[in-house]
Amino acid sequence: MNAHSREESRALARAVLEIDVNNHPGVMSHVVGLFSRRAYNVEGILCLPVGDGTASRIWLLVNEDVRLPQMMKQAEKLEDVIAIRRHGADHAVFERLEEFFRR
Amino acid sequence: MPETLSGAQIAIRLLERQGIRTVAGIPGGAILPIYDALSQSALIRHVLARHEQGAGFMAQGMARVSGQPAVCLASSGPGATNLLTALADAKLDSIPLVAITGQVPRAMIGTDAFQEVDTYGLSIPITKHNFLVSSAEELLAVIPRAFAIAASGRPGPVLVDIPKDVQSQIIEVDAWPEPGAPRPAPAANGELLAQAATMIDEAARPILYLGGGVVHSGAAGLAVQLAEKANLPTVMTLMALGAMPVDHPLSLGMLGMHGARSTNLALDECDLLVAVGARFDDRATGKVAQFCPRARIIHIDIDPAELGKIKTAHIAIAGDVGEALGRLLPAVHAGERGPWRRRVAELQARWPFQMPDVDNPRSHFGLIQTVAACLDRDAVIATDVGQHQMWVAQAYPLRRPRQWLTSGGLGSMGFGVPAAIGAALAEPDRTVVCFTGDGSILMNIQELVTAAEEGVNLKIILLDNASLGLVHQQQTLFYGERIYASRFQVSPHWTTVAEGFGIAAVDLDHAANPCAALMDALSRRGPCLIHASIDVDQKVYPMVPPGAANREMIGA
Repeated sequence: MNAHSREESRALARAVLEIDVNNHPGVMSHVVGLFSRRAYNVEGILCLPVGDGTASRIWLLVNEDVRLPQMMKQAEKLEDVIAIRRHGADHAVFERLEEFFRR
Repeated sequence: MPETLSGAQIAIRLLERQGIRTVAGIPGGAILPIYDALSQSALIRHVLARHEQGAGFMAQGMARVSGQPAVCLASSGPGATNLLTALADAKLDSIPLVAITGQVPRAMIGTDAFQEVDTYGLSIPITKHNFLVSSAEELLAVIPRAFAIAASGRPGPVLVDIPKDVQSQIIEVDAWPEPGAPRPAPAANGELLAQAATMIDEAARPILYLGGGVVHSGAAGLAVQLAEKANLPTVMTLMALGAMPVDHPLSLGMLGMHGARSTNLALDECDLLVAVGARFDDRATGKVAQFCPRARIIHIDIDPAELGKIKTAHIAIAGDVGEALGRLLPAVHAGERGPWRRRVAELQARWPFQMPDVDNPRSHFGLIQTVAACLDRDAVIATDVGQHQMWVAQAYPLRRPRQWLTSGGLGSMGFGVPAAIGAALAEPDRTVVCFTGDGSILMNIQELVTAAEEGVNLKIILLDNASLGLVHQQQTLFYGERIYASRFQVSPHWTTVAEGFGIAAVDLDHAANPCAALMDALSRRGPCLIHASIDVDQKVYPMVPPGAANREMIGA
């Protein structure tokens, strides 16, 4: 497998999660703790407040995995999670960030 | 008329308004303002535990018998870390708790202050939710919300960490919030319920599989009605024991690792599994791929994350199991199911549950049966964790939901005595029995003095094999009989220990008539330790070896 196709398959095997949460210290720990306790790596994290700042939006870039639907259900159960949506790996949010992560 | 109150006074008033009348805990520097406010409460009685884990399990005992959230208190640092096992235990068994911990003052958080630990961070994965309170004002929202979260949906523990300066902060309170109450779960999907009813009607060999959710939901009566109407042989998880009386003709008792062989074989043959408030725990299912291999599955649970977690159901219904069963019941047709009932009876006759030496009250099964014969269904039965727990689960005639208190998911040795004290505090008119082992009891032995202080009507039956029995059993069976670190070379003198802690003690080993001695001890009010030596070579049988399918049981 050449480098290019490996890159391609990695892109295919990723998902982007968009999570609306209440904005207070500790929310990020609650969310990423669900992943770390399952040894499920989070490849990318973005978080900023939205609107008046009472809520935030967390973007997670994660590997596609059979556990992902269960992870989403567990995240949905968190008191501070308002909504969770799943997007394909091609979602613009992380692609546009790439230029900040060049070596 | 606005009142001027401290955060601590507000917290206590909110607990009073929540209907809390007994709390268990241990004071310490960072929670002293709350204790000072508690000392002025005319409504709340504080029970002083001797270790915070004991306080946590006492609150669990109160919550398990009542179904209502119960409260435990601890100080910062080691007080909070000592609570953690009881919180994790409550999380895994879905028990509603509100734990209140003191924290160092806000200005000192993060400075490695004396008795500072990140209680919030430590408790994230073992609570349903947790709070670090940042102002006295916030308590007015957080405490009612903590109770609402603990009791809503799938119940669980909630921790509220309150810095000392927040406890001392004085504010004016104009109005009190409504006490936190459980939010009703969304109604179960009617179309799926109709499909489930049809699937049950069409099944030739169905089994009803009840989990702890049936007890939490108060749905045991409905579950029994459904079983009776549709003639569904019924299995229970460890957590559900008592939901259907074990001597009910449709009861197959506990399933799984230490269930009766006939029960697991019936599951192996069933063509429909109706799972209600159960989560397909590995101790119940054995090797999942081979659990009920011929069955379609209906799964009803209040927690949507449990649906499809372990097994994909053909019909998955999210909702309160009581509400769902109440609507399923009229939609299901009465059915005879003669051939299936006869097949199950045949399995039970072919593989009767073995209770060796049951007529001897000095044997483990004999002792359990003798205790049962002395008591009625009003008694509360608690256990610790180990061989004794499984023998009691197998042999005690549990007949009522909330009669049975046991640490299922976490399997915490040390659970039994403090949980039983909590049960006795919540329901002082009942006799509470705690079956324990010589390994387990030492893990919270200090609470014997709490039992003495409170004068609870608690009878502790100590089955003493001078070893960690389940470890000993596994080493014998699966580790080439290399018994290591599971035999105690020195054992305490148990009756002396009990008497030293201030409770009565009876040693059945030295009783000329053990039945009479037992009956006498059980009939006297107050705390008592009843010691009986048992044979270390007795095993919990039958047993599904770890990782095996449930049909591959060994022993009996």
